[in-house]
Amino acid sequence: MPRFHARVLVSLRPSVLDPAGEATRAASSRLGVEGVSRLRIGKAVELEIEAPDADTARSRVELLSDRLLANPVIENWELELSEIATTNASLPA
Amino acid sequence: MSIGVVVFPGSNCDRDVAWAAQGCLGIPTRFLWHEERDLGGLDAVVLPGGFSYGDYLRCGAIARFAPVLEEVVAFAARGGPVLGICNGFQMLTELGLLPGALTRNSRLHFICEPTALTVRPSQCGWLSGYGEAEEIELPIAHGEGRYQCEPATLEAMEQAGQVVLRYRANPNGSVGDVAGLCNPAGNVLGLMPHPERACDPRTGGLDGQRLFTSLLG
Repeated sequence: MPRFHARVLVSLRPSVLDPAGEATRAASSRLGVEGVSRLRIGKAVELEIEAPDADTARSRVELLSDRLLANPVIENWELELSEIATTNASLPA
Repeated sequence: MSIGVVVFPGSNCDRDVAWAAQGCLGIPTRFLWHEERDLGGLDAVVLPGGFSYGDYLRCGAIARFAPVLEEVVAFAARGGPVLGICNGFQMLTELGLLPGALTRNSRLHFICEPTALTVRPSQCGWLSGYGEAEEIELPIAHGEGRYQCEPATLEAMEQAGQVVLRYRANPNGSVGDVAGLCNPAGNVLGLMPHPERACDPRTGGLDGQRLFTSLLG
């Protein structure tokens, strides 16, 4: 069964205040890095999933993202999916 | 009359709720482990405060999938009284029993202090013992209590009488000064303040008592 690597990027929706991001932005100027005007903190969730094909893997991770990894009331998410290449070396002898 | 108090790994106000209900008010109370499914004989269910499952991912996000909550959702759908306090309120929003979400306090601090509130009992059975626009004081203790929803959602809830508890001096940046909400039927109440910490004369005010005694009819 093919294996896929998924990275789900979860971010607060633009309308939702991000006080932690704002505090981090304030710290960036204390570090001496000027010009940072907008800093928003999200999460990246990485997972591997086995599925018969890429479409099935994608729909499973989309369900997971919508129902568990992100709360659509306050968060948006993006999915990056790629098949994990199976090399000859990793095949059973 | 008997109250079930759900215990998740990481709950830390479950004993306080039992002390308030049974210890102070004499209402029989039973703990429900998060893997249980038997709500038999219970007249009301409380989702207590704390950090269920470590609050990993988001507050209440993992708890939402606990076996006991499937039964609590069915119980609520039958009109059973359900009270979510603090982390329990966060679970109710994650479950979709109440709209919106609770997010990080606007000033980032964990706030633990008495808070002045205005009650608008409306159709909420849990608040039937309070007067219209009554001012009460309950403690809050949370880092993620900033209520957030779309303006249209808030407006609809205002119209429907669902915004039943408001902060008089908004401590956390909640939209509409929302401290507590009920569902349209009035049997499900979620609130960030802790009524169970205001039931014992030895530890402060008694403004939380009527929330529990409302169940006695």
